[in-house]
Amino acid sequence: MRADNASAQAAFAKASDYLERQPLVANHRPLSWITDHVCRIVEQPAPIWWWVSTILFGAVATLVPAMLTYLVSTGVGVWGLNVPVCWAWDITNFVFWIGIGHAGTLISAILFLTRQKWRTSINRSAEAMTIFAVICAGIFPAFHVGRIWFAWFLFPIPNANAIWQNFRSPLLWDVFAVSTYFTVSLIFWYLGLIPDLASLRDRATTRFRQMAYGLLSLGWRGSNRQWTHYEKAYLILAGISTPLVLSVHSVVSFDFATSVVPGWHTTIFPPYFVAGAIFGGFAMVLTLLIPFRELYGLHDLVTDKHIDNMCKIVLLTGSLVGYAYSMEFFIAWYSGNPFEIYAFTNRALGPYWWAYWSMITCNVVAPQLFWFKYCRQNPWVVLAIVMFPNTGMWFERFVIIVTSIHRDFLPSSWGYFSPTWVDITLFIGTIGLFVFLFLLFVRFLPMITMFEVKNVTPQADPHHHDHPTGEKTSGHHSIPAKAHA
Amino acid sequence: MNQPTPTLHGLGAEFPSASALLHAAEKIHALGFRRWDVYSPFPIHGMDQAMGFQRSRVSLFSLLGGITGLSTAFALIYYTSAINYPLIVQGKPYFALEPSLPIFFELTILLTAFGTIIGLLLLTLMPRLHHPVFNWERFKKVSDDGFFLVLEAADPRFQPEASRQLLGEIGGSQISEIYQDPELVPHPARPEKEGSV
Repeated sequence: MRADNASAQAAFAKASDYLERQPLVANHRPLSWITDHVCRIVEQPAPIWWWVSTILFGAVATLVPAMLTYLVSTGVGVWGLNVPVCWAWDITNFVFWIGIGHAGTLISAILFLTRQKWRTSINRSAEAMTIFAVICAGIFPAFHVGRIWFAWFLFPIPNANAIWQNFRSPLLWDVFAVSTYFTVSLIFWYLGLIPDLASLRDRATTRFRQMAYGLLSLGWRGSNRQWTHYEKAYLILAGISTPLVLSVHSVVSFDFATSVVPGWHTTIFPPYFVAGAIFGGFAMVLTLLIPFRELYGLHDLVTDKHIDNMCKIVLLTGSLVGYAYSMEFFIAWYSGNPFEIYAFTNRALGPYWWAYWSMITCNVVAPQLFWFKYCRQNPWVVLAIVMFPNTGMWFERFVIIVTSIHRDFLPSSWGYFSPTWVDITLFIGTIGLFVFLFLLFVRFLPMITMFEVKNVTPQADPHHHDHPTGEKTSGHHSIPAKAHA
Repeated sequence: MNQPTPTLHGLGAEFPSASALLHAAEKIHALGFRRWDVYSPFPIHGMDQAMGFQRSRVSLFSLLGGITGLSTAFALIYYTSAINYPLIVQGKPYFALEPSLPIFFELTILLTAFGTIIGLLLLTLMPRLHHPVFNWERFKKVSDDGFFLVLEAADPRFQPEASRQLLGEIGGSQISEIYQDPELVPHPARPEKEGSV
């Protein structure tokens, strides 16, 4: 009996270890530790690796103005676009980047409304990523219009032709959706930054920092008369960002879905694009956060549990896009429409088969590894796996766009698209720009939302009575005691 | 000429934790003080009730913004497509609800966001370059791990000595006078460092 009791106790202890909720800030860190660890990234001299990588990615980013100058001075023909493939790498890159942005808004808005407290330590950097990704995205359609100096025709400004925009066109909806998305994301991000900028202001050691962060924090003093309005404003912005983020990629998918091209004209596009965007976005959040967490020693704030959660979202959304891929095929067959059926067999077996199967491998097969706990718990394995969705989501957009239009109704107008060096260099340039902006962000702004992280610590709970160690009596000890009785 | 006297802004006290500050606020509210505030590094759950606040009015500004956005979108599309320059595109009607919905939606969201942020700035009186509480050197901890309560001298119930005692009784420490013009304060009581942004 005694031995039974002992083993039962051990089993309970083990079970309660699993059942006990892991704290969001590991090792019972005090509030000032959080401020210190986040602010010192900004306050201490930049490490060597930061200078090296910033200069490197900054140099790569200069390819963007270089290629655009070449494009504008020569003509859009320097891209490999031509009839029948008039949308190729540029629109692929546009959809790729705008999709990446979606994870940031999902984390900051949807996880806020669903009260997922683990979002607090990753939302700032994910929102920054959103803004930088939308900047990269905007470059492509803006220059795709050809005569960039007429890009203002996209906006309803009276012009010499006296003609207005065609509000029935999904391309115009896209202009409104993307510019609204960028503006609202920027406002939401800045709103979240205000209390943390005040922390940097209060810790400033030089007059310049005090002035700069003081102006940026708008005179924030953490008074409850401010917090009460602040929390309401934050809730409303989260509430409107949620349908906004779902609408943006839906509107992007309307660019395709409202056309008559086989492979584009499908009703599944809006949810399928949104799931794919979240999938690719979370993969990019993990790609950025895992190295920075190592480099800045932020393991207690971005814990293994955070990475585990994000891997599960990647697995879920990866499976959703896998379902969408198979459903597209099923519907093409079920429709009995020979053009539809051809469009899809051509995707998988036609001249672009390599793109299609890269997409399937990266987006459907690779994330399945996240079913295994080992793969979710080891950050370097996670980093290796998320490289597949990062690549795969680019291929997805390439497959959707290029394989659908390179062979549509008339075989006489079929063609094959190959990118030019300008296409490739410009895309590499935007990757450089994206990472460069992110490096500047971690250097000059607090990369973790300190006030929100503090708010999810046990000390922040007004009903928490301070134990000297910060530990509360948990179920951990009481369960074995019950087993005794 | 008389020496100009410094103007007292109020009395500040520090509290050890969010729960201590919450209980202190409940007591101050019960005593009927009106010009006072608590300061913390993060919003404290239940503090609005403890201080007897009404619901924040930011949502009203959001609603106004949203209505403006929706009506702007409608007016814009209807005027440009059906009145000012009607143009037949693919035989579709000049104005119809379905193709207008995305733009109705986006402009509603955009102006709701503007309304919200304008409402927040108006209601919190931001941006503001300076505030007397910043004259208190210890107040720098507010954005780190400090929990403060400040009773303003302008409150009719404020009495320098009694209020100081009250702050001590409800658990406050580091009780200090906060002046609007610290440069006029005679040396011993003078804060270590003048003004901050």
